[in-house]
Amino acid sequence: MATKNQRIHTVEPFIWELSAPGRVGASIPEADVPEYPLPGEIPLRTDLPLPEVSELEVVRHFTRLSRLNFSIDTHMYPLGSCTMKYNPKVNDAAASLPGFSEVHPLLPEDLCQGSLELLYRLQRALETLSGFTAVSLQPAAGAHGELAGVLMIRAYHLDRGDTKRTRILIPDSAHGTNPASVSMAGFTAEQIPSDKRGNVDLSILRQRCDDTVAGLMITNPNTLGLFEENIEEVTGIVHEAGGLVYGDGANFNALLGYLRPADVGIDVMHFNLHKTFSTPHGGGGPGAGPVGANARLAPYLPGPIVRSIGSETIRSNGRKRTEGAFQGHGSRYTLFYPEKSIGRVKAFYGNFGILVRAFAYILQMGGDGLRAVAEHAVLNANYLKHLIGNRYRIPYSRPCMHEFVATGDIAPGIHTMDVAKRLLDYGFHPPTVYFPLIVKEALMIEPTETESRQTIEAFADALLRIAEEAATSPELLHEAPHDTPVGRLDEVRAAREPILNRRQTEKLEGTR
Amino acid sequence: MTYDPDVKYQKSHEWARKDGSLFTVGISDYAQDSLGDVVFVELPEKGKVVQKGEAFGVVESVKAASDVYAPLSGTIVEVNTKLKEDPALVNKEPFGAGWFVKIQASNPTEYDQLLSATEYEAFVKGL
Repeated sequence: MATKNQRIHTVEPFIWELSAPGRVGASIPEADVPEYPLPGEIPLRTDLPLPEVSELEVVRHFTRLSRLNFSIDTHMYPLGSCTMKYNPKVNDAAASLPGFSEVHPLLPEDLCQGSLELLYRLQRALETLSGFTAVSLQPAAGAHGELAGVLMIRAYHLDRGDTKRTRILIPDSAHGTNPASVSMAGFTAEQIPSDKRGNVDLSILRQRCDDTVAGLMITNPNTLGLFEENIEEVTGIVHEAGGLVYGDGANFNALLGYLRPADVGIDVMHFNLHKTFSTPHGGGGPGAGPVGANARLAPYLPGPIVRSIGSETIRSNGRKRTEGAFQGHGSRYTLFYPEKSIGRVKAFYGNFGILVRAFAYILQMGGDGLRAVAEHAVLNANYLKHLIGNRYRIPYSRPCMHEFVATGDIAPGIHTMDVAKRLLDYGFHPPTVYFPLIVKEALMIEPTETESRQTIEAFADALLRIAEEAATSPELLHEAPHDTPVGRLDEVRAAREPILNRRQTEKLEGTR
Repeated sequence: MTYDPDVKYQKSHEWARKDGSLFTVGISDYAQDSLGDVVFVELPEKGKVVQKGEAFGVVESVKAASDVYAPLSGTIVEVNTKLKEDPALVNKEPFGAGWFVKIQASNPTEYDQLLSATEYEAFVKGL
């Protein structure tokens, strides 16, 4: 214990240890109004155990800590299912424009038409990419979008007086948050196994579909990184039983410009702007999980949604086009709730700053650029799979989409966790480990389209060298990481006996 | 890997042992080994009525969280509160001190339909 603590301390002291009584980082001006006693007996605390430090000490402390991090700006981050792609800095520049960053959420519509137009155009862009009738930008994260979508499915069935549908089917290759969203919405989650090719087992799906099924939640490509080859048959079986299909959009990166989920029978889906559309991810985001729906479910979308009061015309190619409503002023934008909306799921208008970033990304890329995103994401994953395929077992070996699952038990006594930790020594963030659960010792790797060929080859090289070490000097892996600020942490003990605050640390130090 | 011959198993890796009129339920050695170090166990309230195959608890390791399914229908009459303090018991003694609940079976013949240790071992080896 003592040595571990000391090791952490040599990296960076706790901010409390930098504290000196009376030191402050800001000076508060003297009150220029008379003091007024608070009414009644309000139990005000007089002591607040905060560290007392100067502004410079705070800046240095957190800058030093930040330099200990692995982040997308410093290292390749091939975290499967998370699409840790580069977040272009120009997105931040757009979101920092005063017209966006200083707009107050309670402004009347007339005074924030530009912001509303951005939301409207982002909705339209997502509709175009997905084929859905309408999109709500409200949800603040992917799982939040899932919950909103499942609540829409619930509202749809209840609205029709169909109250016996209480089950939602989820393939075992689905995104891990799906069962939780289903439970939170009051349904029972039921797992559907995959077949040998990694597709949904159609015969079992057929057996399980009846008039108690509210719907199916499917991730396509699934968490094995494989395209669901029978997607139309899957959605058809569920629809025939009167159920609806939720698409988990976590892996939409692989489909951009190639497949519109609405075209293959998906009724409602969320988009992860913090994955597919390059907004910050990890370390708090914040995220954004807009949800899109076809004509059947669009009336239930969460609100408010932005609409244009311009005259809408249909072009010969079937696309809607909004013409200016007022002479010389363009369209006017206004907020509304869909007819049968499940209501608000987030304060104000979703994570607005993130929506600006995603829109900036979409405008920069354009349609062709987004299509190229999918192409390069899939190409990079297949190239990497090819490079390491001789030394790492790939349980489902057909061509993958944007990610693939290998296994880390590359030598006797070597586990995925050892490979993951050793990668840190080579300067790579480890891939997702032990997920999906249907593959033992899973290493789920997603290089994304933003890594260069050289970086992908360097990562493959590191994995191959680790495979070599696993055979010749396994202790290198068991004891890894060696070159990081802290070594192998006791994750089991951290989970069983978590130390959650400073007081607990002091207690531990006292007993040492 | 241990396959306790005195208990019966189901394919979702729980076991049941007949103790007089009650059945003690836990997860198999194979299950704890696959999960890795168990860090948290969520158990039902005493008195809860469960159906065979229904999830009655959750076992969580550093790798994964899994539902635990009832091998028999009945009423939960006792829960192993020691697992709250020391979830590692599931790893150390899956067939002993790491038991989860005791069930008063509503249909004790369900016990006979469970797999024997030999059948379960063959099932696990085929996975």
